[in-house]
Amino acid sequence: MPDTTVKNIHRRQFLKLTGLSAGGLVLGANLPGWQPAWAAGLEKNSELNLFVSIDSDDTVSVVCHRSEMGQGIRTGLSQIVADELEADWQKVNVVQGLGDKRYGDQNTDGSRSVRRFYDTMRRMGASARTMLERAAAQRWEVPAGECRAENHFIVHTPSGRRLSFGELAEAAAGQPVPEEKDLRLKDSGQFKYIGKPVNTVDTPDMVVGRAQFGQDVAVDDMLIASIERAPVLGGKIIKLDDSAARKVKGVVAVEQLDGGAEPPLFKPLSGVAVLAYNTWTAQKGRKLLDITWSETGHSQHDSDAYLKELKQAVQEPGKTIINHGDVDTALAGASRSHSATYTVPYLAHAAMEPLAATAQVSEGACEVWACVQDPQSVQQNVASALGLKPEQVKVNVTLLGGAFGRKSKPDFVVEAALLARKIQRPVKVVWSREDDMRHDYYHAASAAHFQAGFNGDGKVESWLQRTAFPSISGTFQAGVDRPSNSELRLGLADMPFAIPNRRTETQRADYHTRIGWLRSVSNIQNAFGVCSFADELAYSVGRRPDEFLLELIGSDRHINPSQGDYKYDNYGEDLKKFPVDTARLKQVLRRVAAKADLNMRGDHEKNAGEGWGIAVHRSFLSYVGIASKVQVRDGQLKILEMHCAADVGLVVNPDRVRSQMEGAMIFGMSLALMGEIKMQNGAVVNSNFHDYPLLRMHQCPPLSVELIASEEPPAGVGEPGVPPVAPSITNAIFAASGQRISELPINKHLKIG
Amino acid sequence: MQITVNGSAHKVEVEEDMPLLWVLRDELKLTGTKFGCGGGFCGACTIHLDGQPVRACLTPVSFAEGKQITTVEGLSIYGDHPLQLAWIEHNVPQCGYCQSGQLMSAAALLQQTPNPDDKQIDQAMTGNLCRCGTYPRIKSAISAAAKMKAAAKIKRAAAKEGNADA
Repeated sequence: MPDTTVKNIHRRQFLKLTGLSAGGLVLGANLPGWQPAWAAGLEKNSELNLFVSIDSDDTVSVVCHRSEMGQGIRTGLSQIVADELEADWQKVNVVQGLGDKRYGDQNTDGSRSVRRFYDTMRRMGASARTMLERAAAQRWEVPAGECRAENHFIVHTPSGRRLSFGELAEAAAGQPVPEEKDLRLKDSGQFKYIGKPVNTVDTPDMVVGRAQFGQDVAVDDMLIASIERAPVLGGKIIKLDDSAARKVKGVVAVEQLDGGAEPPLFKPLSGVAVLAYNTWTAQKGRKLLDITWSETGHSQHDSDAYLKELKQAVQEPGKTIINHGDVDTALAGASRSHSATYTVPYLAHAAMEPLAATAQVSEGACEVWACVQDPQSVQQNVASALGLKPEQVKVNVTLLGGAFGRKSKPDFVVEAALLARKIQRPVKVVWSREDDMRHDYYHAASAAHFQAGFNGDGKVESWLQRTAFPSISGTFQAGVDRPSNSELRLGLADMPFAIPNRRTETQRADYHTRIGWLRSVSNIQNAFGVCSFADELAYSVGRRPDEFLLELIGSDRHINPSQGDYKYDNYGEDLKKFPVDTARLKQVLRRVAAKADLNMRGDHEKNAGEGWGIAVHRSFLSYVGIASKVQVRDGQLKILEMHCAADVGLVVNPDRVRSQMEGAMIFGMSLALMGEIKMQNGAVVNSNFHDYPLLRMHQCPPLSVELIASEEPPAGVGEPGVPPVAPSITNAIFAASGQRISELPINKHLKIG
Repeated sequence: MQITVNGSAHKVEVEEDMPLLWVLRDELKLTGTKFGCGGGFCGACTIHLDGQPVRACLTPVSFAEGKQITTVEGLSIYGDHPLQLAWIEHNVPQCGYCQSGQLMSAAALLQQTPNPDDKQIDQAMTGNLCRCGTYPRIKSAISAAAKMKAAAKIKRAAAKEGNADA
């Protein structure tokens, strides 16, 4: 059991853990007879284990310890528990767990929630069910083996007697926790909810405006803070004139936040906070601040110049990380060779909900309410900023209005905690869209260079890949000057082609702005490079891309990308359980190729400027293929349709997996077509959705998703749809027009229709 | 200042230039109307002023005086507006943050154009961003709601006729 053990805990502990004691709710008097998702009630329940409790009225409460940001995890994990518990879904209530290490890992990123907790949640359900069965057996004085759970009842099979879960709840909670070996798990044929498109539990609240996000939290007596932060990494306040801001009616305080340390970690940036009774006043006051910021080592950073430098750097030999065979000799003797360089700019997360956190600090304690992906990291970072112990920080996780990786960095929560302590009253820090855009942990700008050589039979004999981008590691330690091995594992080290001579190199890339993980992380640039270059190679020898790719991938086999000192971590999972399986990759390739007309190329006039492109990629242990059809006419691009085939292993909720793939296609289109954060003089130029546009409805083509039926263990879902999208589009653009776009975003080269 | 929100009158003591968004969210605690960009780019704060869709982040509260303000909380009394039902049926939302604004834009569209085609939906909804990528489902749900509304209308008409016959 990797993450959590089944434990029987006392009711009081459970309430403490979930923050649901009567006094725990601090929302103002504005709330009618319902409570937000993160504060659902449990008072009368009997607890069967850390995740499951049952009320005498039959309500089964399941704790979701992972953050909900649109992936449907509150529904998905509860489905798994309810299935093994044999609960009636209509009587299942989902409770959002507080930050607490007893739950195991709560960092909701890396597309891990189901793959890491599928087994745990099944055991939690089965354990609670076993306790109910044993309680019933005791009541009836019959052998437990004669008692079976059936849709919220325990039935004594020989006599047909029945007791409801609610009737047995208290007695069941008193049962000893079953040994893991005594748990009886269902066969997949018996699943009632796993594999079914159960509707999302929060949708009814969302459509009436009742769902509560971080921005929506209101605590009695709180002030709202709007913070002007250092525009350049490392910047500190040299001079501040806040007299005009203080004169604004309703402004209560102006406070400085000291920051600017490097490496930046998850600490707040230097800033000046204006605190007021409402958001508008705080924002108004903030505009009147007059701040002089210090120059830093990053004040000259210019993203255009930086991309040029990276592009230049990858033309030169770099540091070899992985090497098979002899690329140089093979290239020198190649009968034909090809090379290309690709770039991807800095990208922002741009979740629809700007960051927001509310904090209240008292002697030896802090309570926060925030839209965070990792409440335990919030506990640690807030505790360290306030000089508390992590367990003294209570973290209520609201719904997240999108996150994509940004909300796993708790700098904004630390800001709220520091301000709440300074002014001795609750504070909600409200980030504006401009703040969100300008103070992100950006997806790294990157350049990658590829070279390949063919032998006389048209087979690819050698493949060199060399990449340069500022590493996420630079966020945590000083002096990092090139991509880390862990970032190469995301699509380069595990490049699935059967090529005898291949080498992976990194080049230098300095760190100038906070870099973080964005949905699918380095897979974005790694897959863009690999999938584009493979397509270029196919065309260079006049082959159809699907046939060529199948050949490149080669025989059905399991790949172990580790070599010598280079250890492949496989997204933290065992290669035996989650192999790099070329057969599964080829399967999604065949499925998307079947959607496309890949013969449509060459004669652009005849094809009316239309063409298809495909790309396939394994990431987060899942296999996704994308086929895009585009039209290029008079310098204008229109995406006409897009198809996805995904093998994510066993699917818990097919509707939510589909929606994640739909979302990934749209996320991928945004970044491919129009995603670019620009920096000048060390500061971000973009400010809002007019200069960091996202795909809009009229630009969104019809989409289809095909899920490959699989009994393999459940793998990642939230991220793996993203990486193949961009190359499928640029490959389609090439088929349609003969124009190869190697520098994203596409709107630098074509108008977007 | 007095404003009327979802049929109820509210006295608010705020500056005249305060955007309606912040009056609704901070003063009246009606947080269904979302803050997404503050510049009219994303549509998350869409509400109705006398039935017309507007961006609450760009509408000074003084402009709304004497007008009927409708927010997502007031779109229907029982949460059963055809769009709300269609949203649930099509399992539209992912994170849900933009959906209040999507629903309010869609409701205004159906008010104007009871049976919109794809182009008309695109046109009406293009100001509403969704980062999670729910556009295809929003589109299907709007079409489904339009059909639901039409069916209800026919039913009502039939019932009326039936009454007349009786």
